[in-house]
Amino acid sequence: MKRTVPFLITMAAGLFMLVAFFVPHPSVRVLYTEMQTWAIVVVGFTYVLGVANLLRINTRHVARRERDWPFKIVLIAGLLATMAIGFSEGISDIMDPSVLGYSETGSRFQWVYITFYSPMSATMFALLAFFIASAAFRAFRIRSFEAMLLAIAAFILMLGRVPLGNAIHPVIPGAADWLMEIPQNAAKRGILIGAALGVIATGMRVILGMEKTYGGGEGS
Amino acid sequence: MSLLTSLRNLDRRWIFLAVGLLVILPLVFGLHIAPVQPSFRARGFYDAIERLPEGSTVLLAGDYDPGTAAENYPMHLAAARHLMRRNMKIIALALYPAGPPLTDQVLAIAGQEFGKQPGVDYVNLGYKVGNELVMSSMGQSIPRTFPMDKAGTPVEQIPVMRGIQNFGQIKLLVSISAGYPGTKEWVQQVVSRFHLPMVAGVTAVSAPEYYPYLQAGQLQGLLGGMAGAAEYEVLVEKPGLATRGMDAQSLAHLFIAFMIVLGNLAFLPERKNGGGRP
Repeated sequence: MKRTVPFLITMAAGLFMLVAFFVPHPSVRVLYTEMQTWAIVVVGFTYVLGVANLLRINTRHVARRERDWPFKIVLIAGLLATMAIGFSEGISDIMDPSVLGYSETGSRFQWVYITFYSPMSATMFALLAFFIASAAFRAFRIRSFEAMLLAIAAFILMLGRVPLGNAIHPVIPGAADWLMEIPQNAAKRGILIGAALGVIATGMRVILGMEKTYGGGEGS
Repeated sequence: MSLLTSLRNLDRRWIFLAVGLLVILPLVFGLHIAPVQPSFRARGFYDAIERLPEGSTVLLAGDYDPGTAAENYPMHLAAARHLMRRNMKIIALALYPAGPPLTDQVLAIAGQEFGKQPGVDYVNLGYKVGNELVMSSMGQSIPRTFPMDKAGTPVEQIPVMRGIQNFGQIKLLVSISAGYPGTKEWVQQVVSRFHLPMVAGVTAVSAPEYYPYLQAGQLQGLLGGMAGAAEYEVLVEKPGLATRGMDAQSLAHLFIAFMIVLGNLAFLPERKNGGGRP
């Protein structure tokens, strides 16, 4: 019962959404739109669950003094402080423009965003440039014909995608475009079609109750 | 041989230092290595906006966060400038939680340059949780999906939102995207279903994923990474962050290519002896 009811709900909701996609009748449309709103609300609650889980796991790490536990304290403190600042500011008061909501430019929450979140987030991504250069030196070994083809394609693309390539020779950007438009596109299209078929198959298995892993089961 | 041995034992911090200098120096001093040549993909993006009648309503989705701002922000800003220069009405939103402040920033900068009024000429609807569900729900009703803008003003009180019910009143979707949810989902949920014309600006690493959509005509234009943004800046005749970054990116790419060659030379003797690093 504990597992059958969720599976039946999933099946009914999945089948309805599938059929409703093709039925333009107003009564079906209304329920279809309503169910989408419910789904948005449910997804919203998963964020609450995510925060709760993050706190639970990291407080346990700190309590047990596990590896890197001081960093977990920073994480928890940062999370709680940001939430506290955001909740204390609340949303804007449209009757009183002097009251800044958490999302307004100039609010304390936005200060946290600009001062901490934005540079730290950009820094993490920027580190990639350094690691790619280091990996290019240490790991990109041309040991086979295929690896050589990969290396040649990489050179053409790296140079063809920046103005320097055109300055070296106008053929380079054209070759980069050909690589992207023909071989790359053919491979990508095959992957996309394969992935789409996989998604359809998985969706049908979930709707028909054959896929049980999402409910904590062992699969079909 | 001793040179090769030294190369094999090269401290990676020297590589980090070289990358740092190659990126910082061109950004500071501006080398102007070569002019930026717009590709047909960037031209498609530009032309799609140029073809719209003045005053059309355009949906501007800024689905990225500060992590990819170096690539996405310049194209976002250039798109906002282009749209405002052509007197389009902009409805902006974000499906990344950390996206709305960046949208605020580009709208404020472009709005100030072209004398546009928030609420009258553009609106930032902010972030909505739900990924594809939000896109699909907007197809039924935009005011129902976003009852308020980011600042909390009910949409019925916002002049730019008057008469907007769903995608039927939108002439073009401009997606600036860093990944999921983003361009791919907009194509699948909105372009395929509601037949809304769309252009996209995406990160360089994800751009190859969208080439099939471009070739199929589901995307009318595509900006890939900072290079795509620079091409677009050239087309809108407002060189900015991306154009300045092209020198740095050119040198960084050249350096990485050089590192691949150098790495293979350095470890060549080991390979000949049948050994070598994995």
